[in-house]
Amino acid sequence: MAIAPPADRMWWRTPVARPEIIWIVVSFLWGLVMFFTMIYWHAYGKQNLSNETYRTTPMKYSAKVDEMVGKFQVRDDNGIPVVRPPAGGDVYMLARTWMWYPHIELVKGQSYKFHFSSLDLQHGFSLQPVNVNLQVHPGYEHVLTFTPDESGEYSVVCNEFCGLGHHLMLGKIYVVEK
Amino acid sequence: MVATPESLPLPAAHEEPRFRTCASTGLKIHLAAQTLIKANAVTAVVFLAIGGLFGLLVALTRWPAVHLLPADWFYLVLTAHGLDVLLLWIIFFEIAILYFASAVLLGSRIAAPRVAWAAYALMLIGGLITNVAVLQGGSTVMFTSYTPMMAAPNFYLGLIIFAVGALVALGVFFGTLVVARDERTYEGSVPLVTFGAITAAIIAVFTLASGAIILIPTYLWSLGLISMPDPLTYKLIWWGMGHSSQQINVSAHVSIWYLIAAVVLGAKPLSEKVSRMAFFLYILFLQLASAHHLMVEPGLSSEWKVFNTSYAMYLAVLGSMIHGMTVPGAIEAAQRANGYDKGLFGWLRHAPWGNPAFAGMFLSLIMFGFIGGISGVVLGTEQINLIMHNTIYVPGHFHGTVVAGTTLAFMAGTWLLLPLIFQREIIWPRIARWQPYIFAIGAGGISLFMMGAGTLGVARRHWDITFADASMSFSYPPAAFLMMGLNGICALFAATGGIMYILTVVATVLWGKRIADGQAVQLASPKARVVTEYGSIEHPKIPGTIILTVIFFVAFVLYYYVNWKYLAEVWPMR
Ligand code: HEM
Ligand SMILES: [Cu+2]
Ligand SMILES: [Cu+2]
Repeated sequence: MAIAPPADRMWWRTPVARPEIIWIVVSFLWGLVMFFTMIYWHAYGKQNLSNETYRTTPMKYSAKVDEMVGKFQVRDDNGIPVVRPPAGGDVYMLARTWMWYPHIELVKGQSYKFHFSSLDLQHGFSLQPVNVNLQVHPGYEHVLTFTPDESGEYSVVCNEFCGLGHHLMLGKIYVVEK
Repeated sequence: MVATPESLPLPAAHEEPRFRTCASTGLKIHLAAQTLIKANAVTAVVFLAIGGLFGLLVALTRWPAVHLLPADWFYLVLTAHGLDVLLLWIIFFEIAILYFASAVLLGSRIAAPRVAWAAYALMLIGGLITNVAVLQGGSTVMFTSYTPMMAAPNFYLGLIIFAVGALVALGVFFGTLVVARDERTYEGSVPLVTFGAITAAIIAVFTLASGAIILIPTYLWSLGLISMPDPLTYKLIWWGMGHSSQQINVSAHVSIWYLIAAVVLGAKPLSEKVSRMAFFLYILFLQLASAHHLMVEPGLSSEWKVFNTSYAMYLAVLGSMIHGMTVPGAIEAAQRANGYDKGLFGWLRHAPWGNPAFAGMFLSLIMFGFIGGISGVVLGTEQINLIMHNTIYVPGHFHGTVVAGTTLAFMAGTWLLLPLIFQREIIWPRIARWQPYIFAIGAGGISLFMMGAGTLGVARRHWDITFADASMSFSYPPAAFLMMGLNGICALFAATGGIMYILTVVATVLWGKRIADGQAVQLASPKARVVTEYGSIEHPKIPGTIILTVIFFVAFVLYYYVNWKYLAEVWPMR
């Protein structure tokens, strides 16, 4: 019994039942399959993180954001600028309590190099209804390339708790046909 | 009957340890250990009551049609919920289990009972300090308290004191193992359940050390003495505590599964070697899995993520997959030996489903595997994490592990502790009998519906998914609202099951009929007849378990690849 010392004092020498051996082997192989699936996806899958990251500071990062807004603003959403950066170009997304800044307009099928950083706390970039979720840290500039493949209005929810206005934090990304 | 075995040397400078012999199990129980187990278990239950109430309030707020609490209270109560259940309920109960698995199962005196009381006091004081800090309102930072968000200094101080107390209690546990060995209170190797408890304790040392490494500087920072710990480093080390402490829970509740199967059905592990190796895998590999909380974090390479989640995590998952077969396998073999050997599932149909210890244990086993286990592996897959990170899928997953799995198993274990350690008859057996089912429906339900809503993108720790007060407008799909409503309904079931548990336990402890020292209680379920030949060691007859295992495996593989398919549909990114 499991609550008494093993009856067989040489328990490590007793043979193992066949179903157990088979299950151990199957589980182990399944672990390998899952391991290689991740690697396979890095080679052939279309959704991977580049993991390109730079150290930054709130000052340096907001300077880049402001520069982008200055150059590419096309209109505004209740005072928040909407920018339309050139296809293939850089998009600087800034998170701070409690807004995503600025709003972005993209062209369907084009690739954009997105940068993410926070001015203050950690925030969570949650693109809806696509459902892509990234952690945004202050002090780190995270870079990855998105290729929006459907047009429409998308929302950016914050899904890392960032204080009492956490649920107010809602940004917009518009994807247009051209 | 209080027996004082002459064979035991007297511990210097202490009064002679007093023992009683349990008439039901024949175990020799050190009375000081027994009192400590009672104190830790009762304290755990009190924190479950408080934390569970907070959980209900949170779930009712997240039920869109009810939306109970205002925003500031919601976030405060959510912080308190995580702390009280995950930390205080679980760890106090685990300390009780550790004392039980060392002193009681080995028939030994507990080492240094006074130190154990000091540990208890530290844990209690620490827990209260942190609770007060949270309830005062200045520490609404969630139990993860990610920097740069800052809580009141007492929030961290309480956690540190609690951790120190828990470390001291672990010291008493290890000390008791040494005492038992030196005083030869048992023959051969320690029992499997004790082995599992040792696994839990070793992981706990690592966990608490990580906690200290990160919380002490954070405390000093909150006092303004040092500069802020880097948020990414904080997270990495914090999860060294936060994740590995979940492995303490797994080791502890798997030990409880074996314990209940042994006490109620007389089940023997199919193979001591395999079951112990599976525990050992936890020690070797689970610590590293802190990586799977950092999948979509900047600044960490994919190689690091893949390595740490596969090599490390899958070998630990292997441990759980092994237990997932050997526990039902042991039960099937025992039931067949007890005479229930008709057909594939006669052993399961005739299992003691009316015994809450068994019912809770088996439901915990099934739900931990199918809900918590599978979703955990999927969630921890580097790329799939992109479509789940910080959505309410995450709490869905861990309510499958730590509520439907650990909490339900601990509840089941309590139904044995009451007669054995508290020496009380369960006061309302009919309520106890239904409790595991009601709680399981609730716990399984909240897990599944939160997972469902998370798949639709709903954020975790979020007060308003309608975004009524935001300057822009957005709303999740109607199905997500439905899921959150169903989650609220299941929360009512979970809360009902929780209240049934708490009231019955408390009433039993206070007013249950006393079981006299020499009086035996019926714990084992009746046998149909004793079958001596039901297979051999090499070929145990466990066809039912094999079928269950195949069903589990197919579900796992399908669900895993379905999520890859979901991932393949989102915006391409690199
Ligand atoms: C009556 C039973 C329970 C109900 C109804 C319940 C419900 C919930 C809900 C709805 C959330 C919030 C999800 C969110 O908004 O992010 C939550 C969070 C959580 N629950 Fe529970 N829960 C219960 C019991 C437990 C137990 C027993 C444990 C641990 C053993 C637990 C651990 C947690 C943790 C750690 C969190 C995360 C808190 C955070 O995000 O900081 N819950 N629970
Ligand atoms: Cu935010
Ligand atoms: Cu937020």
